[in-house]
Amino acid sequence: MDVPSKGTAGGAQRTAARPPARTDVTVSVNGAVERIKVDNRASLLDVLRERLGLTGAKKGCDHGQCGACTVLLDGRRVNACLILAVTVDQAEVVTVEGLTDGTRLHPLQAAFIERDAFQCGYCTPGQLCSAVGMLAEAAKGRASAVTADLADDAPVLDEAEIRERMSGNLCRCGAYPNIVAAIGEVAG
Amino acid sequence: MRPFTFVRAIDADQAVAGYAREPEWAMYLGGGTNLVDLMRLGVAEPGLLIDVTRLPYDRVEEAPGGGLRIGAAVRNSDLAADPAVRRDYPVLAAALLAGASGQLRNQATVGGNLLQRTRCGYFQDVTKPCNKRRSGSGCPAVEGDHRNLAILGHSEHCVATHPSDMAVALTALGATVHVRGRAGERIVPMPGLHRLPGDEPDRDTVLDPGDLITAVELPPLELAARSRYRKVRERASFAFALVSVAAALDAEDGAVRDCRIALGGVAHVPWRAEAAEEELRGGPATDDAFRAAADAELAAARPLRDNGYKVPLARELIVRTLAELRDGTGADASGGTP
Repeated sequence: MDVPSKGTAGGAQRTAARPPARTDVTVSVNGAVERIKVDNRASLLDVLRERLGLTGAKKGCDHGQCGACTVLLDGRRVNACLILAVTVDQAEVVTVEGLTDGTRLHPLQAAFIERDAFQCGYCTPGQLCSAVGMLAEAAKGRASAVTADLADDAPVLDEAEIRERMSGNLCRCGAYPNIVAAIGEVAG
Repeated sequence: MRPFTFVRAIDADQAVAGYAREPEWAMYLGGGTNLVDLMRLGVAEPGLLIDVTRLPYDRVEEAPGGGLRIGAAVRNSDLAADPAVRRDYPVLAAALLAGASGQLRNQATVGGNLLQRTRCGYFQDVTKPCNKRRSGSGCPAVEGDHRNLAILGHSEHCVATHPSDMAVALTALGATVHVRGRAGERIVPMPGLHRLPGDEPDRDTVLDPGDLITAVELPPLELAARSRYRKVRERASFAFALVSVAAALDAEDGAVRDCRIALGGVAHVPWRAEAAEEELRGGPATDDAFRAAADAELAAARPLRDNGYKVPLARELIVRTLAELRDGTGADASGGTP
């Protein structure tokens, strides 16, 4: 007996071959409205990088484990590698390229430079977008796994809180101490 | 990734009808944090993907009979932040916050979290046999790498564990899952949604093809206000549980009036520790009694060659979690760094 399970590998091999399908998507990226036809299989990350030329968000693991692809989707930090571009119709995306105000750096970008919060820089765009989203979450009073009192709606972002809340962003150079310091400076 | 047709459903009827038209190849898409990855790995190969994230199930509200009704499309981070959850069901907020990363919690839905697949390495590797992925092909984990796999309720066909933290809390709380299928609506209790592998490890749950989870309901449960989630993992954050415990305790004058306990990381299902609960109710709220209750539960454990460590780990985690609930100590949500 060797029966493929429904919806899993082997199962679909019995299906009639489907041609790659494409879908029209309208999405705001860093404030500019883009109307594009995307392959249903394309991730938001691949569309940002390869169709729209926004190479700030990085492909590290492509499995949602490293955080290098982090962008803001409708103001919330997400892993762009795990989001199908076809699902973001009518949404607003902000990438690291959209964090600056004209030529003025975002305070987190300035703090990362000031505190030397990177070495090779590959994870930095994801760290920055994640930190922007994380600070917005904390400002809304959201707790983390290390928040002493879950009912506390004004958690203080000390080092332990920042480390826990940023655990979805890996830095293989190990710049963590300076990343935490830079974020802590902006968090006040 | 194989090509697929994409449909965005706007209501449950449309989603269920869409599935029924191509039941062999259809799959529902929630946040996609697990499914998109499985599609990229070639483990899941749907020909029709039905996006159910825009269905009107994105609210947390008071249930008609008290308790809380949670829409299936509510994002994990929003559920963890809900004031009623933080106040009345802290074990659920803590379990959610102990899972995944901030980015993943923002994307993952409640329904999708319940239906996520095991992270057993053989299941995720299409070059290896796996009874869950391909029924009858064998289970290399029984003799292979099973350090993180099941100690309770497994079979010779599958030793995988269910990866969800949230589901462990819901199992302890006795949540009910509201399901829309072709035959209408029905309610599935937890425990009871997930099933042990037996000789059909490809079936994770009791749901039928095309069934759509629309909501999860928490019963009114006074002792849940005194509840917590502890999780032991290989690093301090962003890792799956080796063992986790969700517990609620109502103890007064040194005696246990009532309790709820569930274990994660130990079985194919979020494991409700009914034997331990039974042992505890009406007895003394002492560390010795907690240990005896844990032993009563773990008497059924059948550890594999390399995961025997989970038995004492689960026992001590149960004891410490109950002791902290009794003493009102160790108040941080996750139980801190293990």
